[in-house]
Amino acid sequence: MINMFSRKIGKERLNRVRSPLEQAASQFKKNKMAVIGLVIIIVLFAVAFFTIIIDFVTNDYIYNNYVINQNLVLRLAPPSASHIFGCDEFGRDLFMRILWGTKYSLFIGIGAILLAMFIGMPIGMVAGYYGGRTDNVIMRLMDVILAVPSMLLAMAIIAALGTSTVNLLIAMSVANIARFSRIARASVMTVKDNEFIEAARAIGANDMEILVKYIFPNAFSPNLVQFTLGIGNSILLVAGLSYLGLGVQPPSPEWGGNPYNSKNIYEGRMAYFSISRYVSCYICRRFQYAWRRAEGCNGSQAEKVGSEFIV
Amino acid sequence: MAIPVLIGATFLVFTIMYFAPGDPAEIILGSNATHEALEALRIKLGVNDPFIVQYGRFFFNLLRGDLGISYRNSMPVTSLIADRLCNTVYLAVSGILFAVIVGIPVGVISAIKQYSLLDDIIMFATLFVTAVPTFWLALILVIVFSVNLGWFPASGMGRGASDFFVSLILPMLTLGCGYAALIARTARASVLDVKRQDYIDTARAKGLSENVVIWRHMMQNALIPIVTVIGLNFGVLLGGSVLTESIFSWPGVGRFVVESITYKDTPAVLGSIVVLAILFTLVNLLVDLIYAVLDPRIKSQYQSAWKKG
Repeated sequence: MINMFSRKIGKERLNRVRSPLEQAASQFKKNKMAVIGLVIIIVLFAVAFFTIIIDFVTNDYIYNNYVINQNLVLRLAPPSASHIFGCDEFGRDLFMRILWGTKYSLFIGIGAILLAMFIGMPIGMVAGYYGGRTDNVIMRLMDVILAVPSMLLAMAIIAALGTSTVNLLIAMSVANIARFSRIARASVMTVKDNEFIEAARAIGANDMEILVKYIFPNAFSPNLVQFTLGIGNSILLVAGLSYLGLGVQPPSPEWGGNPYNSKNIYEGRMAYFSISRYVSCYICRRFQYAWRRAEGCNGSQAEKVGSEFIV
Repeated sequence: MAIPVLIGATFLVFTIMYFAPGDPAEIILGSNATHEALEALRIKLGVNDPFIVQYGRFFFNLLRGDLGISYRNSMPVTSLIADRLCNTVYLAVSGILFAVIVGIPVGVISAIKQYSLLDDIIMFATLFVTAVPTFWLALILVIVFSVNLGWFPASGMGRGASDFFVSLILPMLTLGCGYAALIARTARASVLDVKRQDYIDTARAKGLSENVVIWRHMMQNALIPIVTVIGLNFGVLLGGSVLTESIFSWPGVGRFVVESITYKDTPAVLGSIVVLAILFTLVNLLVDLIYAVLDPRIKSQYQSAWKKG
């Protein structure tokens, strides 16, 4: 009897031994919305890489002739078989512009957040680890950055540095640094009093080693959540800035810049290309929720984490 | 605590704008001015002074309510902003009111009827609205309500009370919709947290009507996260108002910032961003005070702190 019982448990245990990646994958598959989100994100990345490769192979031929080439005969042409989304007020095919615009929105959004994470996270970790006066000084500085609304901070930086894609990247990452450092600080503080940190110190690891080798892997996941959250927001922020004429400059086909070019022309057709913009934002947002669910938050926790950072 | 942060924020924005290109003297006098005149104006403006002296001057002028002279039309920036600040506040307040009035009931209904079709519809609609970029929503609203239906003006601010309210509606919707969706989602999540707690059962057992249970007993506890979200996202609202004001030609501070950036009017950009940052900080301070009203535990913390201090 006892033998049978223990064997049963043993069997169940055997079944349960799966790598963390497999576990994450099986949880991910259960959430249909997450899978849909992932598929669409892969498609977006594919489009972005594909346009880059096409430009590289054809030596910008398609970009010059179909994406930024103006053809006033086709001005404001309605959707047709050859131009399925119609044309903008310079006669450029909107479908092509949307395809080629993918890489701007995607890579600027991700790039800005990556940059912010690489700067903000170490700052926050140092603040959380050393505590005391270091912590106070650093976090008050971060409070100052947070006291200026991020859209306005980005606009101020662009006003000072001038409009260009690189400056846009800088402006948007500065606005996000404080958020990463806050989160990193909080997660370091929960980890740093554990016994294994004590043990590491006992075997003679210095502060740098402890931070990088022992604290960082344990304190990283909240930053990852903030990372996925931030991407959706920063894509919207880039679009907003481009719409105002402060982001990616025309004739580059950034998604937010498209309506900027035609913002004085209110026609129902505008909805067509706006929808594609919308879809991508929706996907990013969907992906954020999915990601957090996969990480084991329940629904209402996910809402709470997410509710703070939505544009 | 708010005051050092505010001083820091003025310093941050000043430092950023310090690197703005262009010589102010040349912008004011034009490129034909003589070298002597330029130099005289530079000394008068204090452009040649060290950075920290310039900041000190800016800061003490700010305390006296003086934000410098606009390069564009030589008017004091303070009065330019004062003319516009009211309009921005009208827009922001009406946006928040709309969001609260629509968002809280919608969120509560969807929490009470969790997993129903209505809940699904509401959750989908709120997700739709939060993912929409501000300007897209604005353009669609304009296409539907002013181009096709002709109910509201497409842009500008109406004079006179009735025209003013009619012209306020579309910008208000643009600004308030995303916020309302956010509040609805937060309200749903926090009501769900409270819904199954024992004291709710107690309230029901006492024979209270369902309405009293929901709106008095549940909301008292559910309101705190909602207020937090309102405060935290006020900055986002101000950023959104920049876009909204530009699209609807609403004569507010946000549109003024964008115009000033395109004209390279540094004092105007600096002044208006500082003013908006101050507004943001004040709203967050207000939210902290509202906490104390909502939650007796926080109030008693404040009181014991006062007794000690």
